[in-house]
Amino acid sequence: MPADRISVRPAASAGPAASGTSAPAAVDLLRPAARGITVTAATPPAGSRAALPRPVLVLGIALVLAASVAASVRIGAADVGYADVGRAFGVRLGLDVTPLPPLADSLVWDLRLPRVLMAALVGAALAVCGAVLQAVTRNALADPYLLGVSSGASTGAVAVVVLGVGAGALGVTGGALIGALVAFGLLLALLRRSGPDSVRIALTGVVVGQLFTALTSLTLMASADADTTRAVTHWLLGSMAPARWESVAVCAVVTPLGLTVAWLCSNALDAFAFGADTASSLGIGVRGTRTLLLVVTAVLTSVAVATVGAIGFVGLIVPHGVRFLTGPRHRVLLPCSALVGAVFLVWTDALARSVLAPRELPAGVITALVGVPLFLLVLRRRGAL
Amino acid sequence: MRITVEGLSWAAAGTPVVRDVGLDIAPGETVGLLGPNGSGKSSLLRCVAGLRVPSAGSVRYGGETIRCWDARRIARHVAFVEQSADADGELRVADVVGLGRTPFRSRWRGPDATDRAVVAAALERLGLTGLADRPWPSLSGGERQRAHIARALAQQPWALLLDEPTNHLDVKHQLELMELLASTEQTVLVALHDLALAARYCDRLLLLHHGRLVADGSPADVLTSERLATVFEVDAGLTTDALGHPSISYRGPLRLSSRSPLEGVS
Repeated sequence: MPADRISVRPAASAGPAASGTSAPAAVDLLRPAARGITVTAATPPAGSRAALPRPVLVLGIALVLAASVAASVRIGAADVGYADVGRAFGVRLGLDVTPLPPLADSLVWDLRLPRVLMAALVGAALAVCGAVLQAVTRNALADPYLLGVSSGASTGAVAVVVLGVGAGALGVTGGALIGALVAFGLLLALLRRSGPDSVRIALTGVVVGQLFTALTSLTLMASADADTTRAVTHWLLGSMAPARWESVAVCAVVTPLGLTVAWLCSNALDAFAFGADTASSLGIGVRGTRTLLLVVTAVLTSVAVATVGAIGFVGLIVPHGVRFLTGPRHRVLLPCSALVGAVFLVWTDALARSVLAPRELPAGVITALVGVPLFLLVLRRRGAL
Repeated sequence: MRITVEGLSWAAAGTPVVRDVGLDIAPGETVGLLGPNGSGKSSLLRCVAGLRVPSAGSVRYGGETIRCWDARRIARHVAFVEQSADADGELRVADVVGLGRTPFRSRWRGPDATDRAVVAAALERLGLTGLADRPWPSLSGGERQRAHIARALAQQPWALLLDEPTNHLDVKHQLELMELLASTEQTVLVALHDLALAARYCDRLLLLHHGRLVADGSPADVLTSERLATVFEVDAGLTTDALGHPSISYRGPLRLSSRSPLEGVS
């Protein structure tokens, strides 16, 4: 029986005829018995696609993100200087600085900062979920809402706002989170018999989404007044305005965890490119990996949607744009998508609160308005348009 | 690596596709799997590759049943090349071949020097070195097929299982591929449509008909005009060529029913 590890040489009697005992210099693929040999020959140069080494690229985008967060804290209906931001931080770090007036301090610390951080976390989560679902379903049009999670969230939110389900205890966020998870539970239940086949995931997700969209509309039509409808519509288009430290804390725990799990599945995501059989023949436990990734994306999306609504487009275009930059390998694609998604949403949210200041636009409107031309540009440069 | 199959059956949605197949492939043998469309070649290959769980019977690698093996352990022993597996997206040829290193890579680490050297060797073996940076969609069907086979070699498997790998290849590449398969130390089980290629390059042929193994032996033993008539429904004559391989000349399809297909068309 050939041994299971590369480093162990199989017994010559069981394995293919043993190759010579001296280690050949080149890799002889046609002699599997030679695979214990460590290759010392000069390795070919890495792919020429990325002009920048990958760590530099990741670090570069991370710096852009940090700068974006810092810059966008200043932007909004009320002008805030860097000095003010520094003072708000300094006071909390116990430094000897003059505190801001309570109103300005509250603006910076309780509204602006959680909002910017939330945008970064949600942008990262949505972009990675999009990239993961595009690989899992082998569908370039997949986005985080493909699983019907956002429709479930809106049903939950509407149930709380309009019908008063759960009274005050739940809140819109709690209701939306429960709705999202119920929708995802239904999806998993429907997929239980057939297994998470890539086409079935997409079709079942669409069906679940339609069901919950209908329930939302039904509830709104049946019992909401104009004001409630407008409030709910605003929430549905997505806005960072409801972000507070509590919701940021939840996202700050869930998002990095989910992103790490997804990143650790990078090899599997790459292997899905040629379908389930090829992935399986490459040693991927297809069913288990797909289910794990569905759970991760559903939880990430649910947490994001529950707080800030269904912000469209980030999860669809950011992965495509980043693929153009990094190539399709998920080990690099996922971290870069997370960072670019974060930068993108931080800036679109800054635009959303400053373009028509003091009135605020839904972030989903801006993501589409900014995203569509960017996406067309990417398509054009790839020669697909 | 010896591959042993005993009493293997597999059904798709209640319809039996593979029925009670038993075979034993010695280490290093190159075995061709023949049969008309729908005879169960692909399904049998997938069962042997551990991609389908047989409804009855067993598959053994080197004497050990693979029923309890996980996908990764199987992938370290056997490489499988699907019939025209395709992807959209911007994968480069080197990326595709690099997928063959997946079963040897931990979740935490990217490709290392060994991976890169093996990929380079696999690319070279299939004459793809110059195409390493080409995006997948820009490849011809034949180049894609060769990239898949390079990917399988990058898996450094003990056995290669291939489902009609000569599809899409021009004659030269067909012959090169079959020569490669015949020359490897690896155990090879290859489903083929081209009986002449099978006769020329395989040590042994298996013939499937309606999911059953109806012949198993040397090309000269398996390919007879009676079998070609009953299994493939063709009228063919067999001679032995100068190299001692069976050579087939087709005279035409056999009409098993008395009606010609054009009859009844008014």
